[in-house]
Amino acid sequence: MVRFAPGFGVDERELDTRLHEDSIQALRRSHSEERNLLRFYSSYLAGAVHGNLGVSHSFGRPVTQLFAERLPVTLRTVALGLAGGWLFGLLLALPAATLWWRGYDLLASTLNGIFLCLPSAVVAILFLYLGGPVALAVCVVVFPRVFQYTRNLFLQTFASPHVLTAQAKGLSGTRIFLWHIVPMAAPQLLALAGVSVSIAFGAAIPIEVICDSPGIGQLAWQAALSRDLPLLVNVTLFVTLVTLLANFASDATSMVLVKRSS
Amino acid sequence: MRRVNFAILNVAALLGATFPARSQSGGELCFVLRSEPKTFNPMLVDDESSETIRYLTGGVLIRVNRKTQALEPELAVSWKISEGGKKITFRLRDGLSFSDGTPFNAEDVAFTMRTLMDPNLHSPTGDSFRASEGSIHVEVPSPRDVSVEFPAPVAALERLFDQVAIVSSHSPKKEAAVLGPFSVADYKSGSYVLLKRNPFYWKKDALGRSLPYLDSIRLDIQQNRDLELLRFRRGEIQLINSLDASYFETLAKEAPAAVRDVGPSLDSEQMWFNQFATAPVPDYKKEWFHSANFRVAISEAISREDLCRVVFSGHARPAVGPVSPANLFWFNSSLQPHAHNPQDALHRLQQDGFRLDGHVLRDAGGHPVEFSLITNSGNKSREQMATMIQQDLEQIGIRLNVVTLDFPSLIERISRSFDYELCLLGLVNVDLDPNAQMSVWLSSSSNHQWNPEQKAPATPWEAEIDSLMKSQASTTDQNRRKRYFDQVQQVVWEQQPFIYLVNKNALAAVSPSLKNAVPVVLRPQTYWNAEDLYLAPVRPGGH
Amino acid sequence: MKMIRKIATGFLGVMFLAAVFAEIVAPAPYAKQFREWPNAPPSRMHLLGTDELGRDLFSRLLYGSRVSLLLAPAAALLATIMAASVGGAAGYIGGWVERIVMTCTDLAMSLPWLFLLLTVRAILPLNVAPFSSLLITFMLLGLLGWAASARVVCAGARSLRCSDFVLQARACGSTPYRVLVRHVLPNLRPVLFAQFLTSIPVFILTEANLGLLGLGVSEPLPSWGSLLRGLENWSSVQANPWRLAPLVLLVLVVSGFQFILPREGLAE
Repeated sequence: MVRFAPGFGVDERELDTRLHEDSIQALRRSHSEERNLLRFYSSYLAGAVHGNLGVSHSFGRPVTQLFAERLPVTLRTVALGLAGGWLFGLLLALPAATLWWRGYDLLASTLNGIFLCLPSAVVAILFLYLGGPVALAVCVVVFPRVFQYTRNLFLQTFASPHVLTAQAKGLSGTRIFLWHIVPMAAPQLLALAGVSVSIAFGAAIPIEVICDSPGIGQLAWQAALSRDLPLLVNVTLFVTLVTLLANFASDATSMVLVKRSS
Repeated sequence: MRRVNFAILNVAALLGATFPARSQSGGELCFVLRSEPKTFNPMLVDDESSETIRYLTGGVLIRVNRKTQALEPELAVSWKISEGGKKITFRLRDGLSFSDGTPFNAEDVAFTMRTLMDPNLHSPTGDSFRASEGSIHVEVPSPRDVSVEFPAPVAALERLFDQVAIVSSHSPKKEAAVLGPFSVADYKSGSYVLLKRNPFYWKKDALGRSLPYLDSIRLDIQQNRDLELLRFRRGEIQLINSLDASYFETLAKEAPAAVRDVGPSLDSEQMWFNQFATAPVPDYKKEWFHSANFRVAISEAISREDLCRVVFSGHARPAVGPVSPANLFWFNSSLQPHAHNPQDALHRLQQDGFRLDGHVLRDAGGHPVEFSLITNSGNKSREQMATMIQQDLEQIGIRLNVVTLDFPSLIERISRSFDYELCLLGLVNVDLDPNAQMSVWLSSSSNHQWNPEQKAPATPWEAEIDSLMKSQASTTDQNRRKRYFDQVQQVVWEQQPFIYLVNKNALAAVSPSLKNAVPVVLRPQTYWNAEDLYLAPVRPGGH
Repeated sequence: MKMIRKIATGFLGVMFLAAVFAEIVAPAPYAKQFREWPNAPPSRMHLLGTDELGRDLFSRLLYGSRVSLLLAPAAALLATIMAASVGGAAGYIGGWVERIVMTCTDLAMSLPWLFLLLTVRAILPLNVAPFSSLLITFMLLGLLGWAASARVVCAGARSLRCSDFVLQARACGSTPYRVLVRHVLPNLRPVLFAQFLTSIPVFILTEANLGLLGLGVSEPLPSWGSLLRGLENWSSVQANPWRLAPLVLLVLVVSGFQFILPREGLAE
């Protein structure tokens, strides 16, 4: 996709009026080895086996070095953002499903709507103005989606016949929630948990760019803008790996829970 | 006696303002780089952030004083140009050292020039010297003398050495050993670059104290301009270069003493029609774009005053041509911007067979006049200008479609596929001398944007420009060069291959705690005299 | 709750009518630049003030609702239908079909679709009609925005696969298609409604960001997304707080959709 997208192999340095024609032609030729995808991937894989992930055009440094510096930043941001997003989402959604006061649902949904409608960029800027941590901005992007899904799931589950029976039999709220609500909603909640990792990484990109947080998100954006193929390939592989792992973990946990309950 | 005491007090106050007190340290200056520096090798610098680092760390033989625009001796105490502009001989200062203590001598200059002019290096700085093919010849008759001979005369040769940072030929630190006021102490990718005071820097102030005053400069890597402004207001950074007009107005309301409008900069915003012969553009449109009448009519239909007033809040002026009025020597003052006159524009178009059919302008073949304008996304002022131009052209029945593209896609269209009709971009002029624009005006060049890489000039006026530019490059007589380039500006004004829109003003913000800062038009606007800057505590009531 | 649903329906109805009859309701054409009054505060002439080019913000908000209120929900519906089809079928069938489909979904979530969008922009002519460009943009959003929700739908369908009513329906001879459409998907309404509701503002905002790539709404046509992008200049918003009007309106519209859709499980 990158290879055939417009702008591949062009360099804005070509517009430098000081450059001699030879230098401009040399710039144009410098991306020629990446034009042959087969050759590029062969040499990439050969290098990757030895821990060499290539050199970034836009940063002029080995990709391995860039990842080593920036991965901890993004992992910390995403982890905190996810934890906070789920905590807020669940804390807001549970009363919306359990309380008989419709006003709470109205307020929670409206508050949720506000955060859902705020562009990630604006969230990031607001947090910087207020001096808040970057991770909180990711949390603000994640929690509206978590709230929306979990509110609806809990509402449906609370209305199911076996829960009504349990309530009629006088079981406590906590027991009903832990033994009857959670197991029913668990498969979808776990799937949502896996998906929210992707959402968090996606949100981290504009947030890191705007907050100038030196993480993988900033790398990804820079790589996309400058068509930096070595960097893009590695960032894509990393994101794919994380997505697959997160979803695999959620699927596996879901299957264990289903087996236990049956 | 009272008068004498008063005079002494005044002098003391003046000196106190210019020089820090002996007990004070200069402090750490902090400002922002708007992108990651791509290289620390001064010979390969091609982006603004890397250029900032080169300026602050590199020692040069000759410096262009950014305020007076005159040449000043730096590492070279004197120089002489001979052989019709082909040879330059320097006499160097004695007893200087690089930042790691390695002695500086003529061999270092020779090494720098030989490396710079290596055609395989493709250095943008080196390419500025390449007036013709062939290699240079460097001689080192003594440790303090060096001469460089070029294969052909190089116009404005001495000024080009302002960009050449001398590197050591034998220091183990290679390019990291520098001769400038600061050296790179730390760098964290995506975060900051820290420059520390060079203890071996050769300059001293009038009182004999070693410069620079500042202990360090911290350059935070930050793209977001909103945040740059917020940090300036909070006092976290002390200066902002190239301040946007909207931010200037915001800051001017809160802290009028902190903002400076230095007047028109050297930069311009312009647009051009695609005149590439084999561009994938319909033939009838190519006919429009090739007509000088059409281009001038478009120019007349645009209200430059409105662009200056609305987009730049009055901090810009209508542009005339490739040279800004800030360039006092080279600007052709006999030329005026094309006045906004839709009636004249329509009349001119009618001469080419266009006619207004209701609210739609049609050409002689009945085609409605409609074309697209591309510009780079993310540049708010350009997007706003495009929208205003869209409305201006609508007044004369032309439909303009504005398309914003990411930069690589835009470059591909204007330099590879030529699949565009009208392009709006800006030109950043670092050098006063028009020779730096040679590759824009020569018809054979790839930077001849409207119709690049011509085997032979496609039009008589392009042939005339080719001839004039080559003539001005081949003589060292400044007055003759001025006459040639004035003619180039005249031809450009008549033919409008570039429709110049505005020259933005140079706007800057400087914290009152930063002393000796004098923003100017030439880049770098605010820290051009970095060795003289220092930080002092702000009195209560200050910003 | 009935009252709230009535209010929400009424509000959305008014918004819809205002969008359709914008030419009558709007005090000025959306593209007209009152260049003497850029960044003007609210006044009798300009109810919500003007933007940086002197264009009436109230008019632009009205005309922008045409794009955002019609196309964003349509794209959200498309994404929801795709999520329901792909996720529901995969979860109901199970086995290797489910694994393959979910792996493809994971890949779809990871790939940089930015480049596909850039390629689409490159293929489209520069002078494409604004409406065509809009239609293509929102269709792309709908086609690309289903993957995340498909996973959640799949998990739900998987858990319903062995439920009593599904087994009963199968025992009665219902075809897999009928079981999926009549029994499984209706029980996944919470997830599908959530997908639909979250997609509307996300697509409105994404459309604005696609402007950076040359897609989406082009000047001078307004959209809520492009008006919301203006909030990124926070210092300007602080000086002109009426610029928050598009955000307020979008929140009200999204909340309106929320309250129109039935609150699951509660008898009214």
